[in-house]
Amino acid sequence: MVEFLSFRDGEATQEPSVTVEAFTGQTNSTAVRIEAGEDARELLPHLDRLSLVEVNFPAYGDGRGYSAARILRESGYQGELRAVGDVLVDQIVAMRRCGFDSFHPAKPLDDAAVDRALNRYADVYQKAIDGRAPVWAKRHPETTNG
Amino acid sequence: MYRYDSYDQSIVDARVEEFRDQVQRRLTGALTEDQFKPLRLMNGLYLQLHAYMLRVAIPYGTLSGKQMRKLGEIAAKYDKGYGHFTTRQNLQYNWIKLGDAPDILAELATVEMHAIQTSGNCIRNISSDQYAGVSADEVADPRPWAELLRQWSSFHPEFTYLPRKFKICVIASDDDRAAMKLHDIGLKLVARDGVIGAEVYAGGGMGRTPMVAPLINDFVPEDEIISYLEACLRVYNRYGRRDNKYKARIKILVHEIGLEEYKRQVEEEFAHMRDLGLNPPVEELDRIRAFFAAPAYESGLPDAIDRADPAFALWVDRQVAAHKAPGYAIVNISLKPLTGIPGDASAEQIDLVATLAEQYSLDELRVTHAQNLVLPHVKKADLYAIWQKLEEAGLAEANLDLITDIIACPGLDYCALANARSIPLAQKIAQRFAAAERQAELGELKVKISGCINACGHHHAGHIGILGVDRRGVENFQLSLGGSGAEDTSLGQITGPGFSEDGVVDAIEKVTDLYLAERESGERFLDTYRRLGMKPFKEAIYG
Repeated sequence: MVEFLSFRDGEATQEPSVTVEAFTGQTNSTAVRIEAGEDARELLPHLDRLSLVEVNFPAYGDGRGYSAARILRESGYQGELRAVGDVLVDQIVAMRRCGFDSFHPAKPLDDAAVDRALNRYADVYQKAIDGRAPVWAKRHPETTNG
Repeated sequence: MYRYDSYDQSIVDARVEEFRDQVQRRLTGALTEDQFKPLRLMNGLYLQLHAYMLRVAIPYGTLSGKQMRKLGEIAAKYDKGYGHFTTRQNLQYNWIKLGDAPDILAELATVEMHAIQTSGNCIRNISSDQYAGVSADEVADPRPWAELLRQWSSFHPEFTYLPRKFKICVIASDDDRAAMKLHDIGLKLVARDGVIGAEVYAGGGMGRTPMVAPLINDFVPEDEIISYLEACLRVYNRYGRRDNKYKARIKILVHEIGLEEYKRQVEEEFAHMRDLGLNPPVEELDRIRAFFAAPAYESGLPDAIDRADPAFALWVDRQVAAHKAPGYAIVNISLKPLTGIPGDASAEQIDLVATLAEQYSLDELRVTHAQNLVLPHVKKADLYAIWQKLEEAGLAEANLDLITDIIACPGLDYCALANARSIPLAQKIAQRFAAAERQAELGELKVKISGCINACGHHHAGHIGILGVDRRGVENFQLSLGGSGAEDTSLGQITGPGFSEDGVVDAIEKVTDLYLAERESGERFLDTYRRLGMKPFKEAIYG
């Protein structure tokens, strides 16, 4: 079982994260935690000083964090993006696709199951954040630079 | 018809193996029911009152003879010999064993079918017009768009845990046969300066708070539709309510923040998303379109139909619609026999329709949201032979859009959510109005029954709608009048206090009697109701 999973090179950020309110109100913290319902765009003016954004999933069915992650990545955030809370093995693939590169689930994950999940689907239908070429790009390499 | 390539097939095959693994973990106890539930729901597997129910996707209601035959085989092998066609153009099996579900999905995958996203808080099966490709008035066949959206929405990484389920419909005719404005998002294809695009309607739906979707954009061109929909969905995913599942559909968000504010937020998101490269190239839509190119119709076919047999002539007048190609017709097959279960078909009937599609309809058939079937490409010269075969199989009811062509949800006979039984009521209404002359006299009259407030039976959109409620442990039925799921979309109004099962049938008789007495020339029931308003109907019922 794994308690922490990272797809980044190098050490995970150890700095404790602060709330969005605390983060935007002060200048020295480099780690922040977004709760479901908070607006990820509030962080956009500060991306260059962030090394860790934690996105909390209060329940696996609360999908707001997927949008938060994509918004940060679409806006150029390069630092660690960590999913925390009720993160299940069956969601890791979608989270990876939305730009999460580390995971700290409330309950440890079965690493064999994670491996199976990550390797299950050879192809994807959408362009997302993970750089995987969608099926439509593979079908039309001449028009999509794929 | 669309055919899978190796990419589509490998994705569906991978899903089968994933689900087999999940079911295995459930059967050995490695997963609890709580942990398993979200996984099975993503595969259309519900736990109902008596057994598991499996909902199979029929994308935009189109399927081949081979696919239909497979549905019949599965009904015979794994169910009690029946399939139930739904108001979402899908098919449900009501008697499934959990251990069989992976094998059923594997069998479906052999004919390019699946149950992906037929439940759960995700983008569901894309629905469309059952006359797509064969009606003369469409600006383009809407199904290539629907297939593009099917692929885009399958395993969408951002939109799989939405606040609530999300239903999208694509049509391309002024005549709306798919209740487009009663979807979370409805698209109507239109042409502008030689370019095909979509009018986008958002925030419609039925359920406990019915809403007709307002227009949010009058033209999104085909090469931007995916990024535009991503913007619509993202605003909903971020701001749709999650505190109360009954207020979680997009219609509530659009209603609460207001149409203009929702549009503004979508436009803002779209401005950000349109340049992210999310849209497939036009070549991809062209690739899909090629699968839906009009078949090679024969020319010089006779247009006349021999109406010597009066029963056949009656059926032709009611069930056959105009086809765009000379010498061809669209055949509607009623799944509403007077004593049957609306939308149900036996394994043998499913197999017969598969054969008819192969022999007489260029290997294609459709499912309608009114729970009937369609053979879209039939030579007029073959109509009599088809009718005879349907007649033998109990499928030749001539009641399309008449009072006995009732939409009904499975109700308390099957469904864990229901408050009341829909099926026996549908049968009682059908029997009360069974006489063919009486049905014909009443003309177009759409009766829709839901066994609970979730409105799977589309009662809000019924010319006559019936909602089953539980009143202190007794089944009670509320009657509403004046709804429509067609291009003149409207929501029915409740007449007043509810009725017993027999009482509601009596009340329907009173309102139809009033209609017959008061109608002006050419008026349907709905038209007379709209002209007169509720008052006289209420007086007739409660007097």
